[in-house]
Amino acid sequence: MRYLPKSDAERAQMLSELGCSSIEDLFGCIADDLRLKRPLQIPAAMSEYEILDYFRARGAENACNCVRLLGAGAYDHFRPVVVDALISRGEWFTAYTPYQAEISQGTLQAIFEFQTLMCQLTGQEVANASMYDGSTALPEAAIMAVRINGRRRVLVTRSVHPEYREVLRTYARSQGIEVVEIPNAKSGQVDAAALGAALNDQTAAVAVQSPNFFGCIEDIPAMAEAAHKHGALLISVITEPVSLGLLRPPAEADIVAMESQGFGLAPSYGGPYAGVIASKEKFVRSLPGRLAGQTTDSEGRRGFVLTLSTREQHIRREKATSNICTNQALCALAVTIFLSIYGKQGLRELAEQNLAKAHYLAEELGKLPGLTRVFPAPFFNEFAIQVDKDAAEVHRKLREQEILAGVELGRWYPEMKNALVLCVTETAKKAELDRVVEAFTIALKG
Amino acid sequence: MTDKTSKARSHVTQSEGLLFEKSAPGKRGYALPALDVPAVEAAKALGAAQVRSEIEGFPEVSEIEIIRHFTRLSTWNYGVDTGMYPLGSCTMKYNPRVNEAAARLSGLATEHPMQPDDVSQGCLKVMQLLSRCLLEITGMDAITLQPAAGAHGELTGVLMTRAWHQSRGNPREVVLVPDSAHGTNPATAAIAGYRVENVKSWKDGRLDLDSLRQHMGDKVAALMLTNPNTLGIFEDKIHKIADIVHEHGALLYMDGANMNALAGVTRPGDFGVDILHLNLHKTFSTPHGGGGPGAGPVGVKKFLEPFLPVPVVEEAGGKLRLSYDRPQSIGRVRAFVGNFGVLVRALAYILANGPEGILQTTRDAVLNSNYIRKKLEDVYELPYSTPSLHECVFSDKRQAKNGVSTVDIAKRLIDYGFHPYTVAFPLIVHGALMIEPTESESREELDLFIEAMRAIARETESDPQLVKTAPHTTRVRRLDEVTANRKPVLRWKPSPPREAAD
Repeated sequence: MRYLPKSDAERAQMLSELGCSSIEDLFGCIADDLRLKRPLQIPAAMSEYEILDYFRARGAENACNCVRLLGAGAYDHFRPVVVDALISRGEWFTAYTPYQAEISQGTLQAIFEFQTLMCQLTGQEVANASMYDGSTALPEAAIMAVRINGRRRVLVTRSVHPEYREVLRTYARSQGIEVVEIPNAKSGQVDAAALGAALNDQTAAVAVQSPNFFGCIEDIPAMAEAAHKHGALLISVITEPVSLGLLRPPAEADIVAMESQGFGLAPSYGGPYAGVIASKEKFVRSLPGRLAGQTTDSEGRRGFVLTLSTREQHIRREKATSNICTNQALCALAVTIFLSIYGKQGLRELAEQNLAKAHYLAEELGKLPGLTRVFPAPFFNEFAIQVDKDAAEVHRKLREQEILAGVELGRWYPEMKNALVLCVTETAKKAELDRVVEAFTIALKG
Repeated sequence: MTDKTSKARSHVTQSEGLLFEKSAPGKRGYALPALDVPAVEAAKALGAAQVRSEIEGFPEVSEIEIIRHFTRLSTWNYGVDTGMYPLGSCTMKYNPRVNEAAARLSGLATEHPMQPDDVSQGCLKVMQLLSRCLLEITGMDAITLQPAAGAHGELTGVLMTRAWHQSRGNPREVVLVPDSAHGTNPATAAIAGYRVENVKSWKDGRLDLDSLRQHMGDKVAALMLTNPNTLGIFEDKIHKIADIVHEHGALLYMDGANMNALAGVTRPGDFGVDILHLNLHKTFSTPHGGGGPGAGPVGVKKFLEPFLPVPVVEEAGGKLRLSYDRPQSIGRVRAFVGNFGVLVRALAYILANGPEGILQTTRDAVLNSNYIRKKLEDVYELPYSTPSLHECVFSDKRQAKNGVSTVDIAKRLIDYGFHPYTVAFPLIVHGALMIEPTESESREELDLFIEAMRAIARETESDPQLVKTAPHTTRVRRLDEVTANRKPVLRWKPSPPREAAD
């Protein structure tokens, strides 16, 4: 087997040096009745060519050449080739967690840069080295809020990504944290009156997403004020990080729970992505996850180490701020490289292109009879439309034209019949968008 | 000193500051196609209050500077590609390149998690085949691929345990964890809302059955066991352990981090385990990436299948689909179906090996560890004479007489061109040296490692200061972790503007 660097002769030689007559001698501690006495029933070994053939064949059975107007928590952006070229270096991707700082300065400095970039983007003071994804960053943020103020009630707006809310409920249940959902208003933003009514002095935190699942942009400063009035923390959830190239950062939030996949990670059918938690310095000792800190070595040189580790599981065990160990370091590195490439000007230009393309499609679709924009609130690169036909049927017709027309809102919001959320990024060409409009026109006829 | 070892020598490496220190206004590393639709004025579309001013401090650098920056930084790292990486229970094995090619294929990397099932058949088939292989290897009945890492899998497993107990009227209060357990085990149990009690290890390194019996009762929901344990020792009384656990209506959870000692040889599902997690970034060769991403699938026995997270992959009429109709499910542990890119890599590894490869891998892993153990047991203290499998644990007791600890020995090992072993874990051993070579090491690399460890043991006698102040050949010397903790500096900030000269 080509991954095993020993010949049979070497194995035999090593065994004889151990005083063993066969490899079986080394498995003597496993009783005979526990032994598997047959070969594993898995596919026979394949050559490299056969393996790639297998996966190419699987790829051909997927959506391939479809135009994808899909956002809903995962965003298709151009991935500069420099990203893969760099993260494919073995010193990056075959390295371990940087516990041995002297031979991990590359990883540690890159984490420090990532933490800095996340702070600059979100307007927060400290950020960690990554969480699994945005959806788990949300409950970790909620648990962090509960740890900070000792209250046990969390409000979450219904326009936070539905799957994120499900994850929050899974985690909250076992922690005895009450989760209360706040409805949205007709504008598409959170119902401020309902939020005000639900806030009380038992509320640990309010979680809001902006742009939200409908694509609408929320008023973060107002929500922060409302939360703080009752001594609650504001958790700002972000699923489309490219929006931060243009939108004001949620600096008033106490904790930001973000998905950074939009910064150059392939959609890859759902993962691996890279969550981020960012917050205020005063809360740093309650932060979950790894933190890289700057320090000096014994000869005065600048260097970096993992720090504040007493928060973490390998030190604190059952008293840790989180059980997270392996996170998403390589993905965070890819994000760091992506952001380096775009930089201050590029991220803005990228966001502006997203804004322009999404608004172009929204405007053109808005001209069609039988189709209306659901919410009047401002949007970035996602927006909800309502059709006067069965949305599932419209979606199917567009699929025949190799267009994936977003997600059906009725799937999670039963009161929103025949509505779709569409996403347009810089990757969509005008000709494709015009084709989408034409396909909608046909689908909505008769 | 170091020049006499054959494994490593010093070499000039490039220095490199922070990205932000190379930034200058107007430099750019990107080019977007020209906008082919009308531009939209952000303030008009969003309202002026919603538009940010520039991102303060954000870098502006060119492409070559980015290539050099991240290339230079990478040269300061040590990876499995560089050499042996004997971290215990981490299973730092070779990360096959075909895995990387497969995961990046157009048609796989391009797929969106919200696209309809009927245009995702390829992805679902990958998940189905991987599930079948993992079930066969573990002897379990049903599996979820959703968790993003081992600890995430542990949480999923403990939440399923709670849900099962709840369905029988009482979630119970306690999870038992051996004193040799990895920190994520008790941390997970606490997050799942359980109180943790530690079960002692016996003098042979295995679980103390009397201690287990003492703690076991109807308040206990589960025992979280690693097998082989963090000493590399197989719990040979696993039948008895399972019986004790099951007699009291509790579940046996296995932390599958050490599956590299078992794959193809024995199956947890066959020795009484009800629920386990796997670490694809350990046993199944997906790369560690400097700290992830990983994946932590959870396998269960049939009676726990209804509690699996949603969605599950189901087959109907020759097509695969994601099913959400699971009334007893614990719900989601994350958005979407899992770290699919990691799952592709794990499946590629299984396909490359086949049944013979998996078995030979396990055998080589155990052979390599025992070889090291034999060749070092006369110079480093073996706390337990019990046979070990794929990893071995020494203690620094002998070296401690000269004031040298496992930390120092590990740092000196760096000068010899190796990544250190796992330092000071498990906690039940004084100054542990936890060594797992994996199957990926050639005899040559093993012999160089043994030679280095023996040389350091000699240095501990002849020149302990040399070991205590190691490493000597790295770009940075030992770093001040105390100040880093007391006065944390967790981000770069621009320096304040200089005063203008008079």
